[in-house]
Parts: sequence; structure tokens; C-alpha cells
Amino acid sequence: MDRSAPPHAHSRPSSHIFSIPAFAVALIFVFCVLSASLLAQDWVKTGTSLGVEKIRLAVPDFKAVSDPQTAPLLKTFNDTFWNDLDNSGVVELVSKSFYPLQLPGQPPEVNFLAWNAPPPNAAMLAFGNAAIVSGKLTVQGWLYDVKNIQSPQILGKQYSDVPSDAAARVMAHKFADEIIFRLGGGIPGIAESQIYFVSDRTGHKEIWVMDYDGSNQRQLTHLGSISLSPRVSPDGSRVAFSSLTKTGWEIMMYSADLNRTVSFPHFGGTNLSPAWSADGAKLAFSSSRGGDPAIYVSDAAGAGLQRLTTSRGPDVSPVWNRKTNSQIAFASGRSGLPQIYTMEADGTNQQRMTDQGYAVSPNWAPNGQFLAMAWVRKYGPGEPGSRDIYLMDIASKQFVQLTHDGGRNDSPSWSPDGRHIVFESSRSGKEEIWMMLADGTKVQQLTFAGRNTQPNWSWK
Amino acid sequence: MQQRMKWFTLAVILGAMMMTAGCKKKVAPAPPPPPPPAPSPTASIAVTPNTIQAGQSASLTWQTTNATDVSIDGIGAVQANGSQTVSPTDSTTYHLTAKGAGGSQEATARITVTQAPPPPPPPAPSVSDEDLFSQSVKDVYFEYDKAEISGAQLSTVQADAAFLNQHQNINITIEGHCDERGSTEYNLGLGDQRASAVKTALTAAGISASRIKTISYGKEKPFCSESNESCWQQNRRGHFVYQK
Repeated sequence: MDRSAPPHAHSRPSSHIFSIPAFAVALIFVFCVLSASLLAQDWVKTGTSLGVEKIRLAVPDFKAVSDPQTAPLLKTFNDTFWNDLDNSGVVELVSKSFYPLQLPGQPPEVNFLAWNAPPPNAAMLAFGNAAIVSGKLTVQGWLYDVKNIQSPQILGKQYSDVPSDAAARVMAHKFADEIIFRLGGGIPGIAESQIYFVSDRTGHKEIWVMDYDGSNQRQLTHLGSISLSPRVSPDGSRVAFSSLTKTGWEIMMYSADLNRTVSFPHFGGTNLSPAWSADGAKLAFSSSRGGDPAIYVSDAAGAGLQRLTTSRGPDVSPVWNRKTNSQIAFASGRSGLPQIYTMEADGTNQQRMTDQGYAVSPNWAPNGQFLAMAWVRKYGPGEPGSRDIYLMDIASKQFVQLTHDGGRNDSPSWSPDGRHIVFESSRSGKEEIWMMLADGTKVQQLTFAGRNTQPNWSWK
Repeated sequence: MQQRMKWFTLAVILGAMMMTAGCKKKVAPAPPPPPPPAPSPTASIAVTPNTIQAGQSASLTWQTTNATDVSIDGIGAVQANGSQTVSPTDSTTYHLTAKGAGGSQEATARITVTQAPPPPPPPAPSVSDEDLFSQSVKDVYFEYDKAEISGAQLSTVQADAAFLNQHQNINITIEGHCDERGSTEYNLGLGDQRASAVKTALTAAGISASRIKTISYGKEKPFCSESNESCWQQNRRGHFVYQK
């Protein structure tokens, strides 16, 4: 691996996806550390040891106003709210063990000096209350800059809905997203985003969907066959996937509006791994209709079929650059073990990105600059069996290993905010869906029942 | 003159009258000849073909003349001339009797009925095509990450092709499989290549492509699940399936 040239410094215009200072600098430090290091292991170093700190946010539980019925809903709200902020990658939550005894539920109850000084040493405070009024659950929330006693309020919000668990979760997601938007440099939060995935818990591999935090898991297809590789469209209205039908593997289309599959052409051969262009107008996928698995493009209805790759494959797993909508990355076995390639969306200028080993499952970062992939750098019969998620900077081909805890890790998928990666891992003993920040920290398991694979994050 | 003519004519007339009267002999009519004797009836009968197997039929044809009463034994009274389809189960003699004023006449025709050959004995219980297939046709195995048929696998393919050439009625599906280590999507592509490689080798050996379907299963339907090279090799294969 070429470590001699340090990566170019990233400029920080406000439109850059990493425009918030903390995260951008952290990632720069990541690559600088790598290029200077001569160690064999590619660890991502981040956190306070680098001298860069995230905003310290204190989040006391929202208080219940009178009605005991509120209690379970309030717990759902508080747990969800804390989790959304804790995993945002934008703030550092102050541990609850540092909080003062008196916790505020309303603005007059805020004791600034108790929060902005040690032990909490918070910069921001999120607080509020919940009540059931006239049969409706109402939540009030505030975001305060506790170092600005004169005019602390950054946000003041009220949410009202049916008093249900699902509604409590949604309110927590919405308020957390508001805070992340404000504190994260203007990028929308992901607390209401969805992850599509494959689960075999019913006895067959079907397409499922869940909230980004692993809750609300629900089954979309009931085909009773083997259904794989779900990819949601940019507007969220359709999910393309591949399924084993009577005529072999075909691309199929699920409609979220109609809650069922809708028709899509059969192309002949083995048809796999569909991928949407950023404007939802085109689908790229792998098809062996020409005798060997190659990358094809069609429009969103399956017409206008065009073959992009001609080398002996197999060529599979295409993904579009959603920032430019004019490049496609894919995996190809044309030189032996599979490697990652990029090309223009018309098939020209095919470039190999990985230098060795076994590299598959490319996924393009929302900012267009990185590829996530599943890679075994040293591969061959007899080698250890783990495969890890890597990030590669496309311009320099420099890379970073994100997972280190063993198992077979595969199918990375970026969040819409470019701060998170969801992936599949067998580290717990069987394949499950896991999530982490794009620097490899805060790894957590999202699914637990059956075998769950091939996650795909929604576009918003 | 006229009187002479008159006497002459009269004389002629008288003479004619005397001659004719005189030519006419007054002979007594001869007695009518005895009527000729009534003609004898004739009869003939034939059966065509005159040898049949039991269960077949033949055509019985007869002709008679001068008969008013024609009958055939076993059939009864029949027309003077006619034909009939018969299906006797045993050899039979058809005996026709034609009676008429002139007597009677008989005729016979014989048909020989041979028994059908005995039904062939039921065949001894034999191995079904499908059993023979699973005993004879061996799967083709692949090296790690490869879709080429090489080494000992070449002779396996040749033997499989020979069997399929001998049993032209058998159609197959070839499944391409991979071991568990690779990625889901890449393995489906690799399995597709493996199935295609086997199909290509068979068609090169003369098997018609229309007899062969291919499908990839990637690593979705493994034959074993242990994480060791022995099981992984078991899973890297082109698997033959008998198409019913």
C-alpha cells in the first residue's frame, strides 16, 4: 500500500458534507495518522486524544406532567431520543452520572450554573416534558446554549399525536433531527431514515425494512423463495431487488405505495444486484443474459437496456455516485479474485481501485469522495476467514480499515448524512445487521432474530 | 281388248287362289317339343383372405345362378349373390347350398384362423432412467474462485456427456454452487459462470443445448455447512439435476 504521499488537505466550504469542524478535522486526522504511520494495522484514531472535541450535550430525561399513563410512552421517548443523539456523530452526550439532582422540565427550571460548570461541563442542554392532554400525547422540548444565559434558546418545539409507542418514537426522532440539524452544520439528521435488508426469520429470505435504529422491523415481501439485494429508490417509493423465480434470478420491484410487488421485465440469464441512479431514472444491475455476468443499465421501468461491461466477469454489485450521477463502481472477477472498479455511467474509462486480495460490495459515499467496501487484503486458500469494511478515498486510492472485531463483514451502506455505515457481520456467530459511525466507532447490533444480511440505507 | 284383260285378270286371280289353296298343305300341327329340363343351379363361394388371425375379419363372397333358395351354414338364408364380413374365432368351413328347380348345388370355402401370438412376458423390473442418471452422472468440481473445468474434472464431464448421448430422452438442469466464504452477490455471478462452463463442455461433446438448463445458486443452497476446506470443496460444484 502506498503510504508515502499525505492526502491533500480538504478545504471546508459550507456546502461540504463534512463542513462541521469536529467531524471534518477528525477525518483529516484519520488520514494523516495513517499516512505517517508505518504500522501494519490500519486503525482509525479518533476521539479526545486527537485534541478535537464534539459538542457536549446534556440530555436529562423529559419529565412527565401528572398523568401516570404517560410513563411508558415517556420511557420510549427518552430512550429513543438519547439513542438518536448518542449515535449522531455530531455531539458527545454528557454522562447522566454527572447531572445535577434537580432536572428541568420547563425553561424557568433551568439552573445554568449547574450545567455549564463541572462536573457536567455541558455546552448545550436538551430538556422538556410530556403530557397526555385531551387524549393526545403532547411533548414540549427545548435546546439551550447553557453558556449563553442571556438568550439561551436555540430551539423550542412542541409535538402532538395519538398516545402510542410508535408516535412517541417518531416525536423523539423528529426533535433529535432538529437538534442534529442545528448543531451538525445544516445537514438533515437521519433519525427518521429506514434500512432495508434481507431476513430469513420466516424460513425464506425475504425483503424487510426497519427504522435506522433497529426498531419497527417489518416484512415487505412474501414470495417464499430467495429474495436478495434490496435497493430503495431515491424517493423511497419503490424497492428494487433480485429474486429466484421460475425463470431464474430476476430483478423485481416492490411498490411502497401499493404494498406489493409490481411488474418488471424478465431479461433472461441471472439478474442480480440492482442499483438506482441519484435521480431515480435509471437502474444498473448485473445480468448474464449475454452469456457472462456483466453490468447493464436500463430505465426505471426496465426499458432501454444497455450493456456497459464486456470483459469476462463476473461483474456484479454496481453502485452509482449519487453526488455526480455519472459514475458507477462495481466488483469484477476479470483478473481473478474480485476487485473494485469505477467507470463512467456509459461504461467508458473503467479503472481498477483495489490492488490485491478479495474486494466486493462497493458503496459510494454521499459526498462522492469515498467508497466503502468489503475487503480481505490477503486472500487465498488457508487464509484466515475474516473480511472487513474499508473506506477508500477515490482520488488517492488511500484506504482505512473500519472493522477489526473478526467475522465476515460485508454489504456496507452509507447513511444519507454520510456519517454512518450500516453493514452485515457474522461476528456474533451468525449474520446480523450492524451499524457504526464512518470512523469505525460506536459499533452496535441492530437485528437479533434469524439471519439478516445485505442492508441498504434510505436516501433521506 | 278390255274383255280380254278382264278374263286374263280373272284367270290370274283364280290361278293364284288355286295355288295358294293348293300350297297350303293341310298338315296336322306337330306336337310341341317337350320343354327342356330346368337348368341346375350353380354356386360358388370364396372367403378373402382365407387365413386370418383371431380377432381379424374376412370377406365372404358367393354367387349362384338358377337358385331360388340359397343358404349358408351358420349364417342362414342369403341372397342369391352377395358378400358378408365374417370374424370367426376358429377355422371354419362355409357351406353354401343353392336349391332351384333344377336341383341343388353346394359350394364350400374354408377360412383358417390362427391364434394371436402369446403376449410377450412382462419385462423384468429394470432400473428407472432417473436412478440410472443419479448413479452414472457425476457433478463437476471447481477450484477456489474458478469457473474453469480442469484436471480430473475433464474426464468427469466426458463421462457425463457419454451417458447423456446414450440417453437422448434425458434433459438436465445444471446448478452452479459456491462455498460460503465469498460475498452473496459475487457468488451468484460465479455460480452462473460455473453452470455455464459445464453446459459449454457438454455441448462441445455433442449434447444439444436445448436439453440443458442452467441456474446459479451462489452460496444460497450449500451441500454442507462446516467451515473447512473439505466442505468448501464439496460446495464448489456444477450440480446435475434430472429434469422430470
